[in-house]
Amino acid sequence: MNPSVDALRATFGNAIGRALESCGDTIVYVGRDALLDVMAWLRDTPGHTYDYLVDVTAVEYRDRERPLEVVYGLRSLSRRADLRVKVELDSQGDLTVDSVVPLWRGADWLEREVYDMFGITFRGHPDLRRILMWETYAEGYPLRKDFPLRGRFSRAEQVRQALAASPEAHYSLEELSIADAYEELPADMKERLRRGTRGELPDSE
Amino acid sequence: MSKRTVEVELATPGVGPRGETLRVPLGVAQQPDLAAEHMLINIGPQHPATHGVLRLVVELDGETVVRVIPHLGYLHSGFEKLGEYRHYNQIIPLTDRTDYLSPMANNVGFALAAEQLMGIAITPRCTVLRVIACEMSRIISHMVWLGTTSIDLGAFTPFLWAFQERERIYNLQEMWTGARLTTSVTRVGGMMADVPDDFVAGLRHFTQTFPKTLSEIDRVLTRNAVWVGRTQGVGVLTAAEAINHSLSGPMLRASGVAYDVRKDKPYLDYETYDFDVVVGEHGDVYDRYLVRLEECSQSNRILQQALDRLPDGPINIADPRVILPPKSRAMNDMEAMIYHFKQVMEGVKAPVGEAYVGIENPKGELGTYLVSDGTAKPVRWRIRPPSFINLSALPHMAAGHLLSDLIAINASVDIVMGEVDR
Repeated sequence: MNPSVDALRATFGNAIGRALESCGDTIVYVGRDALLDVMAWLRDTPGHTYDYLVDVTAVEYRDRERPLEVVYGLRSLSRRADLRVKVELDSQGDLTVDSVVPLWRGADWLEREVYDMFGITFRGHPDLRRILMWETYAEGYPLRKDFPLRGRFSRAEQVRQALAASPEAHYSLEELSIADAYEELPADMKERLRRGTRGELPDSE
Repeated sequence: MSKRTVEVELATPGVGPRGETLRVPLGVAQQPDLAAEHMLINIGPQHPATHGVLRLVVELDGETVVRVIPHLGYLHSGFEKLGEYRHYNQIIPLTDRTDYLSPMANNVGFALAAEQLMGIAITPRCTVLRVIACEMSRIISHMVWLGTTSIDLGAFTPFLWAFQERERIYNLQEMWTGARLTTSVTRVGGMMADVPDDFVAGLRHFTQTFPKTLSEIDRVLTRNAVWVGRTQGVGVLTAAEAINHSLSGPMLRASGVAYDVRKDKPYLDYETYDFDVVVGEHGDVYDRYLVRLEECSQSNRILQQALDRLPDGPINIADPRVILPPKSRAMNDMEAMIYHFKQVMEGVKAPVGEAYVGIENPKGELGTYLVSDGTAKPVRWRIRPPSFINLSALPHMAAGHLLSDLIAINASVDIVMGEVDR
């Protein structure tokens, strides 16, 4: 068992949940509210110095009773030691957890991907948007277990939406508004962008 | 709103009565003031310099990049979701298609994770063959990177040399696996096939002749004024920034962090091979080039050592619950047929637990995180995609550089969109 677990318990007490070992890796469960403090402590405390964030991901089990887990892989580059930190979230409850982007910039896209695939919100993330799916994707969160393999919409509906997508809708409002050219767009295009709608076929006359 | 404009006095040159030159005024024109406003341009998704279907929305101030907003997902295939519906061995063909420039290394990464989850120790011959697979992949991936990047920066000849070397490895790969791209060479507990008879001699010939091409590329690029001018001091990341951005592989080492999974968390007995971890100093595009170039010759060294030590013996473990029996036995022997049936229909069950295995892929640390609930299909198969994470540092690196430098920086990340989007 990784010695950092005992040090964590001594420092944070009840905020540290159970710890276990699987295939040689130590896994420690951390309470959701203490996550950011624990991570900062693990990163900055001499003797632990988990300065490298390997991965951020999430797991949902087939057993519906089990909570969702957000999984952080930490590594100390100087000590060549790994630690896996998990936060449990009730799948029926509030799927929110603090973002670790203030500690590691590398978490930016990883947390966006978890948000995109699992619908977990990261509080304090600078730019929490979908990343692999498009921004107006309406079928839900693909890696959740209640999401069917072929998607929620019928194949016909998916094709219809893809064909009806208007190219300008692929620019987010934020991107367009930074350019002065935005002011010169036709009023109806600006209105569509403001509403964020896409997938509407132009009226056939 | 009207655009901001500047007044420009137009004039035309003329000749005066005594033969002197004159400037004949033509009046005052209103021209758009290009310097006063930011321009938004769209690069990709179909653009040769984005190395796949990456789309970059770039805000420019004149020719200087103010902000880059990457858009991903054009090649998203939902591999991780698909994996939850497949047996462990059925996932291996999916791994080919993630980082399709180094398919054999991806196969190895997944097989190692599944074996760790199931507690399987592979045979000595299989271990060495997997090292060969990984290092062959590193060479072809770096060759593609070198070729395409040199084209991006205006050098065409190294592209031809690099792709010719890649072709030679591809021929060996085809000899071994029957496929050039979708190799699927590993199985849980072993390999899909042993290497054919001519393979060892062919690969040895390659390792003897490959350094010559490397030195040619070195001579044509390393001190080339255009190459140096376009790459040195461009896209600099310090060691602290590289760590903070979770970079891995050549990107991390070019910034001066000597971290290589093969040395620091060895798998496949890499600790017994004699090779150097290549580390850069400045963290710019030039150092990334140097690191990748030298890594090719280190891989070549590893290949030579692996060929020298390649032991005889079986490639698969002797566990009929994990390894399919030979077809002839499955058709003639009742017991073998039962094992065959159970493996194909039910799959190989993994015990409850989870495993993470990171391997040093050409692009960086390829992690495979498998969570099992005791059935034959994983609850979660997560790929830690090195080029996805490396690419996330692009907006930070490109800000403040020229638009043409953005192309160099993007090329230096060495992305492959199959892996970025998965």
